[in-house]
Amino acid sequence: MPRCFENEEGVLSVSINENRQQVTIDANEAAAYVAHKTNEVAAIYPITPSSPMGELVDAWAVVGEQNIWGMAPIVREMQSEGGAAGAVHGTLQAGSLTTTFTASQGLLLMLPNLFKIAGELTSTVFHIAARTVATHALSIFGDHGDVMAARTTGWAMLFGNSVQEAMDFALIAQASTLRSRVPFLHIFDGFRTSHEVMKIEKLTQDDMRAMIDDELVRDHRRRALSPDHPVMRGTAQNPDVFFQSRERANSYYAQTPGIVQSEMEKFEALTGRRYRLFDYIGSPDAERVLVLMGSGCEAAEETVEYLVARGENVGLVKVRLFRPFSCEHLLAALPQAVKTIVALDRTKEPGSAGEPLYQDVVTAISESAMSGDSRFSNTPRVIGGRYGLASKEFTPAMVKALFDEAKKPVPRNHFCIGIVDDVTFTSIPYDPDFSTEPADQVRAVFWGLGADGTVSANKNSIKIIGEETPNYAQGYFVYDSKKAGAVTVSHLRFGPRPIHSTYLIQRASFVAVHQFNFLERYRVLDTAEEGATLLLNSPYAAEEVWDHLPASVQQEIISRRLKLYVIDAYAVAKSAQLGVRINTIMQTCFFALSGVLPHDEAIARIKDSIKKTYGKRGEPVIRQNYAAVDAALAHLQEVQIPAAVTSLFDLPETVPAEAPKFVRDVTAPLIAGRGDALPVSAFPVDGTYPLGTAQWEKRNIAKEVPVWETDLCIQCGKCVMVCPHSTIRAKVYDKPSLDGAPDSFKHMPAKWRELADQIYTIQVAVEDCTGCRLCVEVCPAKDKSHAARKAINMQDQLPIREQERKNWQFFLDLREGGSNLRFNTVKNVQLLQPLFEFSGACAGCGETPYIRLLTQLFGDHTIIANATGCSSIYGGNLPTTPYTVNRDGMGPAWSNSLFEDNAEFGLGMRMAVDQQAAYAKHLVSELTDLIGEALTISLLTVDQSTDEGIKIQRECVNALKARLGGAKSPKVRDLLSVCDSMVRKSVWIVGGDGWAYDIGYGGLDHVLASGQNVNILVLDTEVYSNTGGQASKATPLGAVAKFAAGGKTTGKKDLGISAIRYRDVYVAQVAMGADDAHTLKAFREAEAHTGPSLIIAYSHCIAHGIDMSLGMNQQKLAVESGYWPLYRYDPNLAVEGRNPFQLDSKAPTKLLKDYIYTEGRYRILQQSDPASARALLEQAQESVLDRWHQYTQLAALEPRPLAV
Amino acid sequence: MDLSTEYMGLKLKNPIVPSASPLSRGLDAIRKLEDAGAAAVVMYSLFEEQITLDSFYIAYYLTHGTESYAESLNYFPDVYSYDIGPDEYVNLIRRAKEAVDIPIIGSLNGVSAGGWTDYACLIEEAGADAIELNVYYIPTNPDMPSSEVEAMYIDTLRSIKRLVSIPIAMKLSPYFSSTSYIARRLAQAGASALVLFNRFYQPDLDLERLEVAPRLVLSESDELRLPLRWVAILYGRLPIDFAITSGVHTYQDALKAMMAGAKIAMMASELLKNGLGRIEEILAEMTRWMEEHEYDSVKQMIGSLSQKHVAEPAAFERANYMRTLGSYRTAV
Repeated sequence: MPRCFENEEGVLSVSINENRQQVTIDANEAAAYVAHKTNEVAAIYPITPSSPMGELVDAWAVVGEQNIWGMAPIVREMQSEGGAAGAVHGTLQAGSLTTTFTASQGLLLMLPNLFKIAGELTSTVFHIAARTVATHALSIFGDHGDVMAARTTGWAMLFGNSVQEAMDFALIAQASTLRSRVPFLHIFDGFRTSHEVMKIEKLTQDDMRAMIDDELVRDHRRRALSPDHPVMRGTAQNPDVFFQSRERANSYYAQTPGIVQSEMEKFEALTGRRYRLFDYIGSPDAERVLVLMGSGCEAAEETVEYLVARGENVGLVKVRLFRPFSCEHLLAALPQAVKTIVALDRTKEPGSAGEPLYQDVVTAISESAMSGDSRFSNTPRVIGGRYGLASKEFTPAMVKALFDEAKKPVPRNHFCIGIVDDVTFTSIPYDPDFSTEPADQVRAVFWGLGADGTVSANKNSIKIIGEETPNYAQGYFVYDSKKAGAVTVSHLRFGPRPIHSTYLIQRASFVAVHQFNFLERYRVLDTAEEGATLLLNSPYAAEEVWDHLPASVQQEIISRRLKLYVIDAYAVAKSAQLGVRINTIMQTCFFALSGVLPHDEAIARIKDSIKKTYGKRGEPVIRQNYAAVDAALAHLQEVQIPAAVTSLFDLPETVPAEAPKFVRDVTAPLIAGRGDALPVSAFPVDGTYPLGTAQWEKRNIAKEVPVWETDLCIQCGKCVMVCPHSTIRAKVYDKPSLDGAPDSFKHMPAKWRELADQIYTIQVAVEDCTGCRLCVEVCPAKDKSHAARKAINMQDQLPIREQERKNWQFFLDLREGGSNLRFNTVKNVQLLQPLFEFSGACAGCGETPYIRLLTQLFGDHTIIANATGCSSIYGGNLPTTPYTVNRDGMGPAWSNSLFEDNAEFGLGMRMAVDQQAAYAKHLVSELTDLIGEALTISLLTVDQSTDEGIKIQRECVNALKARLGGAKSPKVRDLLSVCDSMVRKSVWIVGGDGWAYDIGYGGLDHVLASGQNVNILVLDTEVYSNTGGQASKATPLGAVAKFAAGGKTTGKKDLGISAIRYRDVYVAQVAMGADDAHTLKAFREAEAHTGPSLIIAYSHCIAHGIDMSLGMNQQKLAVESGYWPLYRYDPNLAVEGRNPFQLDSKAPTKLLKDYIYTEGRYRILQQSDPASARALLEQAQESVLDRWHQYTQLAALEPRPLAV
Repeated sequence: MDLSTEYMGLKLKNPIVPSASPLSRGLDAIRKLEDAGAAAVVMYSLFEEQITLDSFYIAYYLTHGTESYAESLNYFPDVYSYDIGPDEYVNLIRRAKEAVDIPIIGSLNGVSAGGWTDYACLIEEAGADAIELNVYYIPTNPDMPSSEVEAMYIDTLRSIKRLVSIPIAMKLSPYFSSTSYIARRLAQAGASALVLFNRFYQPDLDLERLEVAPRLVLSESDELRLPLRWVAILYGRLPIDFAITSGVHTYQDALKAMMAGAKIAMMASELLKNGLGRIEEILAEMTRWMEEHEYDSVKQMIGSLSQKHVAEPAAFERANYMRTLGSYRTAV
């Protein structure tokens, strides 16, 4: 217990507390820990990379973890960051200590309230995991774009550069805000710091009590809005007083830097860790000094120390307090001898005279010079530049290059570092081989398959090493943008000295490759230093593995003199019944080979951590993992390296030679992980990307793929309908087309009355298939002699890969027939080309089949407005684009604007298209003489409500273009620029429930009320799937989700019924797995309706805790239990005098529990709190029956008799 | 009328005991059984697979798909300790012991001597008066000899016997080459009673969906005769008690069970079909029959028609088979 006391001057005296724990956590957890302890209320909204902070605070509140005043904080998830900011403002105004956590777009949505909170001089700390703001593209990664957008709000901005600082500054900020009444943004870099795991010292509650002055907390309370001592705020003011009032707060801002400084001094007395507003590191008479803030300071510090030790005269100023910006303190921190200051900004402000920190440094230096201050021998020159946007690496090599640049007589200004700018030539080159990585450090890189446990095992290893040895430990994890078959790369460092390396490992002493086929896809050995150890998870034993290595891999092993070990981890996992989770096995091998801990101790520690991690899951799981650990080392083998390369095969090309230029030049390097090397000129100027690039990346991630059996197939088309990735397709074609077919190409006579003598094929793209099995599960055809055999069955992919690759190519080239069919049945729709394929969605995704269907039906005349969420990630995350074009080059135009504005975004598209079409028609009528009467009439009157009509109009427009051909008048040129809009265009507004029910609901509602002809598709997974399962208003009663850890206690919002109230909106609630024909009907009716249409589509999801291969069955259960009634509300029926509400599913035939307890999101509660689960189930069952009753009433309503 | 009996050293007020079934799910349900006159309660079974499955299920879904995509490193809050398998069950036993006066017998159902047998200790600690072990194994492996199958049963019993001191009853299926032999081995290994016989729920075939479908069919009185035969054969030869289960639906069934040599007659299907009131009804009918036939007590009649005590012991053996067939033809 520290003894601390304060004298009259407020000087604190303490004895340092030696009883602090060493913990290995990331910055999100460090900040959340302090925030939780020092606040009474939190209102949050998830956004990467800040979401874990809110989740942790919620989890702690759920288990009753108390703050330093003995209360568990109230935590509430809001509908958006705007809502969270509003709620926080309200909480603060009513007197509680409140906080929130956000980043990027979320911080932008809070800006209006930030201005208000500062204007009212309110004490609070918001914790920001600083992230890029979406511009030409969205990025989830880290830079200062968001916080810099907030720099005019009047908030203080305190930057922490590391996990320890994130914990420390959270407390310093809290103490400072209470004393200064200026609200604080506590900032650390998204991902680089927020997700970096480090061993740090955990502050105690006593530390917090020592720093937080309770009297100031009481002052905060005294200022609250309360009827007991009421005041008014938020008045409206006139020109006579606003200005003066604004200036009234000046002294508070003037005092803030001093207050922060004194809180830092108090903190130093408590903990021994010294921070100042600007911290200088380096040679005391440095002539070249870097100035920056954030995690980049760590790498810069490591470089400065390295260079100074080698005699260079350099230094670094770490900016802690960016706002209020104290020029005085900056100038005091700079060495007097400084000649060149290099100011680095981790943001871009196009059109400005310079980025923010640069501008502030220039201001400080200029003001010092202008005031005649003779602090410096000569006024230093300042150069500024940008680095690290969206987590671009910032390495010691770059720092060195900057110091070298600063030596030049005329160094470059307004530069960028870390990329190659071959367009406007702003980039400064650097030597990538320059390294400051110390020799006494273990650096290990692990290549894992997403979800195989590699990352969690590594996080565990860091814990073990960090907490059980005196070593410092750091872990950083690089994830994939794909949600199936993803690759993860873990970077672990251990050493006797503090680790400042805020960059990816460049020279590793240990490289582990947990998936054998990574050797063919990625340059996994790039980071292996000379003599490093390479551990392979290999299906081949030590004696044979060498022959299975590609030639260049063999070469690297030989030339870098690597030591090679193999283990068949999948076999060991299988025998221990661990399925595919090989983590503890590989972890055991790592410890054995790296020698970081003595062998027996390592095993004991691993088992301990297994018990800690899995203890809550039950004995059998623990025993299983122990068995795996014990078996691991027995199966580890060393490989004797031959003297020369023996393999005749090498890494395959990333994309085939026939791929388009853009794919070869840009997409391929991105896929291969070499995107960093691409220069600026390689990229589009405005973020525009071509369609159809996903087809060139053959991922081969499925171990098993479906194989078609022609003797059983009834050609129902259900398999094609449910495929998330468009990898199983059907075509009909004429017999002659079969000429030249590969021998193994399968076909059978087509079974359509309308199609005589046609051939039918179902073909699987085995290199693109994810092996999800949805198609096999939905296939109704069973072998009468062998019921387990269906018309499609899963088989090993590898043996048939080559043959099916040829078959797929042949299939794609076939000219499809069947265009005379009406595409109103599942059977017929299977023949339509999907214009959405091979996305990065999870295997078995429940959303993508609906999108695929959309593109089959309407893709060639549709613009899609897509909300942020899973659908914008699998839809638009580089390197590849899954939306594609048909033979005529037409396909869906697609864009993701933001999260909150998607409905409005789509409405805007509608207005543009409508106006263009109107303008075109206007021009047509003006140019009738030139165009001709007949064509004019066609153009203006064709009925485009059918596919045939659209086709006719296209032909008319083509005819128009031909006729107008050479004419040059402005009107003709304008008409040519808008005539395509006369072909009907559909606008589809697509997004998940997070958008539709929560953050985007205001806009959605406005669009529904507009009467405009837009189609809205809500892919309802009943949870925020993309950001890791936070509850939305679509989450059902009793389901477990983040921010509903004890099961959601409120029911699911009925979005459909709200929309029906408008009476001119077509509304359908569908579930493909329960009734695919109904889903198809709804899509067609929605498109046909000339007004707003809303489809709410049940989408099973990995966040439901289900076997994804049974996803469609879950949909069926949802409908059969009455939980998800299928219906259509068609306003066009009302016009005919009929009841527009049609209930399309039957009365419940199953109990709700027969559906929900097949899903983890309900089972988790059932097993952790059975009493609670029972109560919620009862409630939920009642409400299912109530709602069914209500719907049957609606469906039975007699329409009001029409006036005669 | 003295309906009392003694089973595994437990003094029971009558011989009717509800067998392991959903009848005992919950404290209220157990209270109702006591109020309805049950002399003891066998708890619903704790299944080995369920414990293991539940444990793996939660572990699986909490980790499935995690640490793969940066925005969703996991999908569920991880704040709980999960009530895996035995905790709720054990708590129920504890609360039941406080709430009712009749003995509570815990029921474990599994096939291996794995860790799940540790739950026997938990059950004892919670205050259960005895444990019923339901070990049944469906031997589909043609390379596994019967001796190995039998050894599984014996080993499981032994491993539990090592852990607890309360009496253990073994519930058996009738599918042994020598029921007498396995009975003796189990008695030797420490079983205090044998419960004959377990009913397997045989799966059905769904012709329309071409699938194997589970189907639960409740028992009928007809099924009584198999356990009746074996209890009658074994009674008096082994130092253990017998309980008859499956096929006890009427007072006559209960009386027959006693006379064959069972100390208790266990019911589930009858109570599930026709309600708990059947217990009092059957006891009343038994009493009336015993009064009419001038019996003093249940104890008096136990084993009276067992193989040891009847005039025609051979009736229980092969000859009975021939005569039964013959009698059928005559009936036609």
